[in-house]
Amino acid sequence: MADKPRSFQDIILRLQTYWASKGCAILQPYDMEVGAGTFHPATTLRALGSKPWAAAYVQPCRRPTDGRYGENPNRLQHYYQYQVLMKPSPPDMQDLYLGSLEAIGIDASAHDIRFVEDDWESPTLGAWGLGWEVWCDGMEVSQFTYFQQVGGHDCKPVSGELTYGLERLAIYILGVDHVMDMPFNDPQTPIPLTYGDIFKQTEQEYSRWNFDIADTEVLLQHFVDAEAECQRILDAPAQDPKTGRMIIMAHPAYDQCIKASHVFNLLDARGVISVTERQAYIGRVRALAKACADAFVQTEAGGAAA
Amino acid sequence: MPDLLIELFSEEIPARMQTRAADDLRKLVTDGLVEAGLTYAGAAAFSTPRRLTLSIDGLTAESKAVREERKGPKVGAPDQAIEGFLRGAGVAREDLEVRDDKKGQVYFAVIEKPGRMAADIIAEVLEKAVRNFPWPKSMRWGEGSLKWVRPLHSILCILTDEAGAAVVPLDVDGIKSGNTTQGHRFLAPDPFSVMNLDDYEAKLKRENVVLRADERAEAIWNEATTQAFALGLEVVEDKGLLAEVAGLVEWPVVLLGQIDDAFLGLPPEVLQTSMKEHQKFFSVRNPKTGRIERFVTVANMETSDNGATILAGNQKVLSARLADAKFFWENDLRVAKAGMQPWLDSLANVTFHNKLGSQKDRIERIAALARAIAPSVGADPDLAEQAARVAKADLSSEMVYEFPELQGLMGRYYAAEASLDAQVAAACEEHYSPLGPSDDVPTAPISVAVALADKIDTLTGFWAIDEKPTGSKDPFALRRAALGVIRLVLENGLASELKAVIEHAYDKLLEHYKSRFALTFKTTSGSHRQPHADTLAMKEPAASDPFWWIDLSILSQNFADDADAFDALTKRDMFDETKFARLFEKEPVVESLLSFFHDRLKVFLRDKGIRHDIIDACIAMPGNDDLTLLVKRAEALAETLATDDGENLLQGFKRANNILTQAEEKDGVEYSYGADVKFAEDDAEKALFAALDAADAKIAPAMAAEEFSTAMTAMAALRAPIDAFFTDVQVNADSEILRRNRLNLLSRIRNICLSVADLTKIEG
Repeated sequence: MADKPRSFQDIILRLQTYWASKGCAILQPYDMEVGAGTFHPATTLRALGSKPWAAAYVQPCRRPTDGRYGENPNRLQHYYQYQVLMKPSPPDMQDLYLGSLEAIGIDASAHDIRFVEDDWESPTLGAWGLGWEVWCDGMEVSQFTYFQQVGGHDCKPVSGELTYGLERLAIYILGVDHVMDMPFNDPQTPIPLTYGDIFKQTEQEYSRWNFDIADTEVLLQHFVDAEAECQRILDAPAQDPKTGRMIIMAHPAYDQCIKASHVFNLLDARGVISVTERQAYIGRVRALAKACADAFVQTEAGGAAA
Repeated sequence: MPDLLIELFSEEIPARMQTRAADDLRKLVTDGLVEAGLTYAGAAAFSTPRRLTLSIDGLTAESKAVREERKGPKVGAPDQAIEGFLRGAGVAREDLEVRDDKKGQVYFAVIEKPGRMAADIIAEVLEKAVRNFPWPKSMRWGEGSLKWVRPLHSILCILTDEAGAAVVPLDVDGIKSGNTTQGHRFLAPDPFSVMNLDDYEAKLKRENVVLRADERAEAIWNEATTQAFALGLEVVEDKGLLAEVAGLVEWPVVLLGQIDDAFLGLPPEVLQTSMKEHQKFFSVRNPKTGRIERFVTVANMETSDNGATILAGNQKVLSARLADAKFFWENDLRVAKAGMQPWLDSLANVTFHNKLGSQKDRIERIAALARAIAPSVGADPDLAEQAARVAKADLSSEMVYEFPELQGLMGRYYAAEASLDAQVAAACEEHYSPLGPSDDVPTAPISVAVALADKIDTLTGFWAIDEKPTGSKDPFALRRAALGVIRLVLENGLASELKAVIEHAYDKLLEHYKSRFALTFKTTSGSHRQPHADTLAMKEPAASDPFWWIDLSILSQNFADDADAFDALTKRDMFDETKFARLFEKEPVVESLLSFFHDRLKVFLRDKGIRHDIIDACIAMPGNDDLTLLVKRAEALAETLATDDGENLLQGFKRANNILTQAEEKDGVEYSYGADVKFAEDDAEKALFAALDAADAKIAPAMAAEEFSTAMTAMAALRAPIDAFFTDVQVNADSEILRRNRLNLLSRIRNICLSVADLTKIEG
């Protein structure tokens, strides 16, 4: 029997240790608001091109429409994902993944672990892949995807991506009923903190802001600005007149794409985007993501000859 | 004769694809083998979540040698011709034979294709099958270029005969064939080798894998029903779910679990849908109360605690799911009890079709139409309108957002909560029906009114914007909608003036656009004009203006007040056709839709054994937009024509009609009036006059009363007098007076018959 983690952070630390031991670079969260760990350039951009890559990281995610003022046992507008990306996907990726479950206290011999079809598609990123949602005793504990396309480019080689929804997974492993009651640090410690101690208030504050207060006029402007800036960055000549070097600014441009995507999510939560407009907005973000992917594959990290 | 065993072992194959894939594998491989000259006695394919398996028995050990002779050019033909022949036949010049032919000496090539060993053929065929496998969706992985549904790990391929089993060597993208496989992922992960199908299946079972999907399904069902029965409960049958679950496990372990009491108050359909969609659970029902009280989950694992941990986990997940459902249900109930207005308002933001406006727009039209239809179906107009207004409210509810398949049903619950009339609540659910040819047709008048209004608005709208079904393409399910209307009308025996209803629906559509300033029109001179800005009122286009145009940019907006609309109007100074949709003229739209209904009706009646020409004969009659009448007429006609009298009458009618038509063409006049019995010479002729008088007296009132059988029986009774007339009387008499009188008599036959149905359309 694997020994059980005792807190939320214990689970994160174990995942970090496990994936580090499997050769992943342990990265830090990306310093921007994103809707999913996939948006981190360490996944989106690094899945492109021929260069091998192995990285794992925690990514805070924001989904304004999922805000429930901290009341729902597992729905949050801000939560954490654990993300692993390996390129090329190793032949034993499923076994590596099952090893990670064991590391966080899920003993495969006592549970029912299943790989259930779930094709992944991100219309905003122009990306898709095939894989599964992984079930443990009927609960989805991870997404497992073999990326086929990102930003409209075929992935060659193919990356294997793992995404763990950390709160949901931890609630399950730690046996608590409500996310806010979950121990964040060790409950035996002099100052034990629950998830609620840290996030209950912010869930309320952001839920209110997301749903009712966020200035939609300003947000609409932010969207337009980010879109324009992204295009402006990509339109700049590849050769930097100051240094004389070829510097394609794929990452700064991609930051603007991330920004536009998040602003869209906020607008969506404010309910100001109609169904028809929705598709149009998603299309505009996708156009940015594609342009950034086009730029990235021309850079060294993107596999272009130096 | 050797037996062949193939297993393609991969990461988890989606459940819904497994059966088809096993079949495809069997077909691809057996076709390939046969094409290469092998024969076999039998083949069977199996699937589990991780493997596709094919067993072929009684395979020939090698293909037969083939000898083929080809005749070539004459000896002494140009070198080019001979070279070409050698290339085509694939032989060398020295191998050619020279034979005597009628015209001299000719080259012959004798091509010997030696027999090939089965193993060589299998390797070739299997590799091709793997590389060209018709997965609905396939993927690459790692650095490879091979595509499979999920990463392919190993290929087992053995040929077994009396001497033992031998691996058929092959290598697909680095995956080499062998004679080993693996059992259950967790219970028996070690590889093992196999000899043949029996050995394979037995060892798999020992290693916790049930090879056959039907065996897994049967085991699941038996165990589930047994466990439920022990508690006095029954499992809700769901064949689709059973097949899916059998594709999710290699080693089924059935566990029966509890549903927390807090959720037993949810509608049973909600429990069932939530458990099935999210968790793939079977629902377990108390037969006494009809309530869903437990669930069955199927694990892929045996554990030391007999599944206690697994079941506890599943119960917890279910509770979280149902807490969500309960949350939706309770939120929805609040809105429902307060009258559902917020839902109705938000339907303004749901686009039905970009040329037909929002769901809210559509509801307005359906409500008006339901009101208009109500009296003809025996429904109260106020209630019908009210039902139409709320029938789609549940589309905005949280529950339907989560479970779209519960639309309608939730509407019924919510309408009841809103204290609406029970007939209105029923219409919320029933107005979608009938969905398919075997679906029940609603009979409650309010439901019928709304169902008809909904479908006719849909059809008229798509016809008006020219989005009709073509060939196999029917993206808006318009054929289904038309069949729905037909069945609603016929099975309820409704007297329908379909044409008027379609016209009404079209008028509503037009009115709706007008009220939204979404129309402009093209003048005869080809320029485009907008509604008059001063008054904000639409001016009708001139009669000669060909089309209405819908301004899509305006259609998609919901103006807070007229001032906004006015702004939007005055800002536009260009007519950009890409932003406009054409709205077709009413009359052609109505006619075309009506004939679509007739086409659908023919298909519908053909399935009921009524010939298309019989229907055509009835469609040609006035009042053909009353489908009930039309079908009554067709049925009566079919019945009459099936009798001896009817069949002969038809011949008599045709004869009369032919003679008459020819005479009319020749004489350039129409013989339609004035047959006088005083010019009748012959007894048969006099008898026919009498018979026609008698028939007239019966048929006219019967037709007026829509008693088609009576009318047609009377018509069929003309058979004997008509036959006698043609036997005894010469129509083209020498006397012009007699001839004209007889032609006019024939005209009476024609008129009487045509007043019943257009018999000229009947074949044979």
